[in-house]
Amino acid sequence: MIEQRAVDRANRTTPPELNEARLRQQAIGVKLRQMFDEVVNEPVPPDFLDILRRADESAEDAAEAE
Amino acid sequence: MKRASSSGPHPAGSAAAGGEREAFKRELVALIPHLRAFARTLTGDAASADDLAQDAMMKAWDARASYQMGTNMKAWTFMILRNQFYSEKRRSWRQTQLDPEVAERTLVATDDPESPVALDELRLGLAMLPAEQREALILVGAGGFAYEEAAEICGCAVGTVKSRVSRARRALQTLLETGAYERDGRPASEAMSSILADAQRLGSAR
Repeated sequence: MIEQRAVDRANRTTPPELNEARLRQQAIGVKLRQMFDEVVNEPVPPDFLDILRRADESAEDAAEAE
Repeated sequence: MKRASSSGPHPAGSAAAGGEREAFKRELVALIPHLRAFARTLTGDAASADDLAQDAMMKAWDARASYQMGTNMKAWTFMILRNQFYSEKRRSWRQTQLDPEVAERTLVATDDPESPVALDELRLGLAMLPAEQREALILVGAGGFAYEEAAEICGCAVGTVKSRVSRARRALQTLLETGAYERDGRPASEAMSSILADAQRLGSAR
């Protein structure tokens, strides 16, 4: 019967389930970005920068030793 | 360690290399938050995600000579991170799909009262997708990459990325609507309506 309803609806000019599906996918997309951005907006743990700074310093040393 | 700049004559080449290294470092630092976010979606837990992101950052640093300034560093570092993840995974016990129970404990934890049911359910649904679908959807749907860039990062054809993204979208929607996962008591259809409501509240329905 669900299939029958879908067929009936599809026969009308604008299939509302298409709009509905699009709306749902957009909503999921919004949430997906929100979830990702939550982590992006977290402060970066200091050890990331420490490690990079140490590596940068030894690269500088190596460059100057040349 | 601080040092006074040497008074001796600097070879022009090395000064230029130092400036380039500085520019590379600045760009890499700006990408750390994005690397952390991508790693989190791959591993599903914050601690090993940060290990992975750090490894990738250092791999990128060590390979800086092979990077051409001005090209897409974000895509380049994401590719490094992804390769790192899969080469580690090959030697370990990790499954393709995240364990939903682990995912629930680790991904779902949030103190933000503004992002309740919907986001938790989305994380859980995402965790249940096959890894290749999850990463494709994240890269395109959240990371802001074009299909072509995502294909390059994943080392596959553009058409493959497109079909993975569309399968992931369908699967995620089904999971959110029917709750095809274990969930104590709450009807999962709530998740979808709450996601819809939130999206409308954020006014982002284009």
